[in-house]
Amino acid sequence: MSRQYETVIGLEVHVELATKTKIFCSCPTAFGGAPNTHTCPVCTGMPGSLPVLNKQVVEYALTVGLAANCQINQYCRFDRKNYFYPDNPQNYQISQLYLPICRDGWVEIETVSGGKKRVGIHEIHMEEDAGKLIHDEWEDCSLVDYNRSGVPLIEIVSEPDMRNAEEVIAYLEKLRLIIQYLGASDCKLQEGSMRADVNLSVREAGALELGTRTEMKNLNSFKAIARAIEGERKRQIELLEEGKRVVQETRRWDDNKESSKAMRSKEDAQDYRYFPDPDLVPLVISDEWIEAVKARQPELHTEKIIRYMEEYGLPRYDAGLITSSKHMAGLFEETVRLCGRPKEVSNWLMVEAMRLIKEHEMDADHIRFSPVNLAALIRMVEQGDINRTVAKTVFEEIFDKDVEPEAFVEEKGLKVVNDEGALRSTIERVLAANPQSVADYHGGKERAMGYLVGQTMRAMKGKADPAMVNQIVKELLSC
Amino acid sequence: MGLSELTALELGRQIKEGRVTAVEAAREALERIKDLEPSIHAYVTVDEEGALKRAAQVQKQIEAGTLTGPLAGVPMAVKDNMCTKGLKTTCSSRILYNFIPTYTAQAVLNLEQAGAVILGKTNMDEFAMGSTTETSAFGVTRNPWNTEHVPGGSSGGSCAAVAAGECFYALGSDTGGSIRQPSSFCGVTGIKPTYGTVSRYGLIAYGSSLDQIGPVAKDVSDCAAILETLAGQDPKDSTSVRRSSYDFTSALVDDVKGMRIGVPQSYLGEGLDLEVREAVLDAARVLKEKGAVVEYFDLKLTDYAIPAYYVIASAEASSNLSRFDGVKYGYRTPDYEGLHSMYKKSRSEGFGPEVKRRIMLGSFVLSSGYYDAYYLKALRTKALIKQEFDRAFGRYDVILAPASPDTAPRLGESLRDPLKMYLGDIYTISVNLAGLPGISVPCGRDSRGLPIGLQLIGDCFKEKDIIRAAYAYERTRNREMPDMSYPDLHSGKEEARS
Repeated sequence: MSRQYETVIGLEVHVELATKTKIFCSCPTAFGGAPNTHTCPVCTGMPGSLPVLNKQVVEYALTVGLAANCQINQYCRFDRKNYFYPDNPQNYQISQLYLPICRDGWVEIETVSGGKKRVGIHEIHMEEDAGKLIHDEWEDCSLVDYNRSGVPLIEIVSEPDMRNAEEVIAYLEKLRLIIQYLGASDCKLQEGSMRADVNLSVREAGALELGTRTEMKNLNSFKAIARAIEGERKRQIELLEEGKRVVQETRRWDDNKESSKAMRSKEDAQDYRYFPDPDLVPLVISDEWIEAVKARQPELHTEKIIRYMEEYGLPRYDAGLITSSKHMAGLFEETVRLCGRPKEVSNWLMVEAMRLIKEHEMDADHIRFSPVNLAALIRMVEQGDINRTVAKTVFEEIFDKDVEPEAFVEEKGLKVVNDEGALRSTIERVLAANPQSVADYHGGKERAMGYLVGQTMRAMKGKADPAMVNQIVKELLSC
Repeated sequence: MGLSELTALELGRQIKEGRVTAVEAAREALERIKDLEPSIHAYVTVDEEGALKRAAQVQKQIEAGTLTGPLAGVPMAVKDNMCTKGLKTTCSSRILYNFIPTYTAQAVLNLEQAGAVILGKTNMDEFAMGSTTETSAFGVTRNPWNTEHVPGGSSGGSCAAVAAGECFYALGSDTGGSIRQPSSFCGVTGIKPTYGTVSRYGLIAYGSSLDQIGPVAKDVSDCAAILETLAGQDPKDSTSVRRSSYDFTSALVDDVKGMRIGVPQSYLGEGLDLEVREAVLDAARVLKEKGAVVEYFDLKLTDYAIPAYYVIASAEASSNLSRFDGVKYGYRTPDYEGLHSMYKKSRSEGFGPEVKRRIMLGSFVLSSGYYDAYYLKALRTKALIKQEFDRAFGRYDVILAPASPDTAPRLGESLRDPLKMYLGDIYTISVNLAGLPGISVPCGRDSRGLPIGLQLIGDCFKEKDIIRAAYAYERTRNREMPDMSYPDLHSGKEEARS
């Protein structure tokens, strides 16, 4: 490659809001359910039906907008986006084009170099989701399920402020954390409650004008996004290097093939004939409403990190990791409330819990054990009722089955044997059985002692207090 | 006097007093429908079985004292663009030829709660697009005063049914004059209420920002009583408004002393039939004699109302009607290959020419590059027209005008020249653009015996002003009904004369 290129990336992120009912009717948004059971005349586009706005959708859009430092359009409106497709029962989608609820915001991300960078939010608007098409190959027909039709979405449109995949992932992580903390959505990429389309263009380093961009769709994981960005960047640079031009088009990413295919170009882009929906009155958002939403705004991710550092004395790294899931942060705070020792609690979560999460390939949000049990476990360790090795085993049980540690330890007889007499006689037996190690120790090999301690622990089935074992082994060896 | 000549309130009183039962009234109306439908064709669907069953049920409730309203047990008809659960609702379009709604429109529900007995669904211009009821996919409706003439439209079926005594009152909808103009052509009374007064939930939309449901009946008292039952804020319709009062019948007083009435000069000029002009000015004189202050004034921008209306209504219609695609309900073409072919053929075969014309017009004015020049400009014009009316209502309580520049044209005459047909809406359209209430009351007949309508327009939420003026005027006249003994003979009479 002879020339240097810069990649310019902007994102359109759709987030499914966590309302109980749909955006324009009172049908449930609950996932699952037999096809077309969560439907009514409104969300199936029956003649004569009319939409009525769900206030909670506005509330969620406002909380996200305020958290992302946006200007609120206090007079906003809904517009119809007209296009024919069977998953869209009215053949228009109610969205916001002319006066979206939020504009001109930003979020701050950390860059690879550890610096901070603001990514601009162009706008956030509210809209309805479409139904689902099911192609029945067997019967050679297509079926439509309108259960998802009318589920509320917000679309967050960023400015073209990102320059590489790392920044894109950092931005998405940031959005996810903000929105999860607000309780506005669970933001799961795999399940589709968060969807990202990537707008990407390349230009020669130093150029002021933007290159022609493409829009990439069908990105279902952070990894797919990173791969798609790399793939598209290369594809566009190759085109330019060959003296060809990039066509403005929408492309579909195939993560299995790690390549993309053009879906439609700008030339055959549809004219959506947007116009204000006459069935919905303009939405007027009062100062009082905005203030009330602000007052209810919960502590967000960044604020929590700072508080964890100040209040609990956690290192920045720990605070960041614990708060990367709102659920985990809640678990942390509740456990600390019950047993104190924040650093200890954080260690359990960061080391053991994270290890198990990885092993089980699960999400931190799905941790199901109760803080009461973790607090009890920590207390038992502190009091010397069990040693750390046993405690790890017990933790696994708590993690998997949420067992009560006291009962479990009792039942399995895992309590530390603090009977010095019994311990002493076991150690004596171990020393007698390992004369070579004893000799090595006396010969100056400190390591031999570790072996003898280990053998003792094994003989005690792990139930001995290691500090005490250490002390007695040392004592017996030196006499 | 036969039952069919009674007004809705008169019949309601008789039912209440036990002089006639709801079932007898329904049976008599159904008999009359059977007799007259071959010549009038006011209905798309007659629900004989449902009506009789419902009448029996209502009669029981009346006897039990649980239904006491003035309209309980009175048989009526619903324009076929309002959803009725279990009863076919077609908008007089092939594309909905078999559509049976799963729910009932809120306005209809309100009437049912007051004991309405639905006889059937009335014919209309397809999707309410037209002024003659000739664009119906199920055949024309004929004017009961002369079956060679149209009843007007788009609520032509409702107005003809009321005029012919095929129901005691009916519901119409008015987007650009569709209640007032056919009321005037059929010699009946109809009100288009202030936008937002009657719920649109269940009204199959034509131009959502202009559509409003209203009553059609034999006189002003009926209309006021029906409107009182129909109106109400509906949480299911975001555009419906909470009014401070839903009382309309207290305006039924014969007193217009001091009422300020303005007559727009621009509504009396070119294009207005001389006989219509004479009858309307005569009505103004009558009101003046009764103590009203009548003045002529200059209402500006009237020339811009028609283009603004056709841009806005067609734009909204092009989007509103996109849901009719053969996927979920209604007509689907029998032969197609793939999705687009199904869409194209179902819609091409399902919609009539006038509907297609407006969908094309509407799609055009909304398309990118034209939106500002057409749609936005039309919206601005609409706002200016509203300002003009605001100014007028600073000086007048009521604006008096013709409902239509002409009496009912002969069948087939209007459709030949759509532009002329559009111009026929000139006196009614501004009222929809400004969201105002308007009423049409009979004010005479032309030399051919065809009825002429007087339109009274009020300020927003001032239905009571126009009801009071219309009532006072109506008191000076005898109610006329066409002679329906030999309906088809009327046409013969005219043939002989010309």
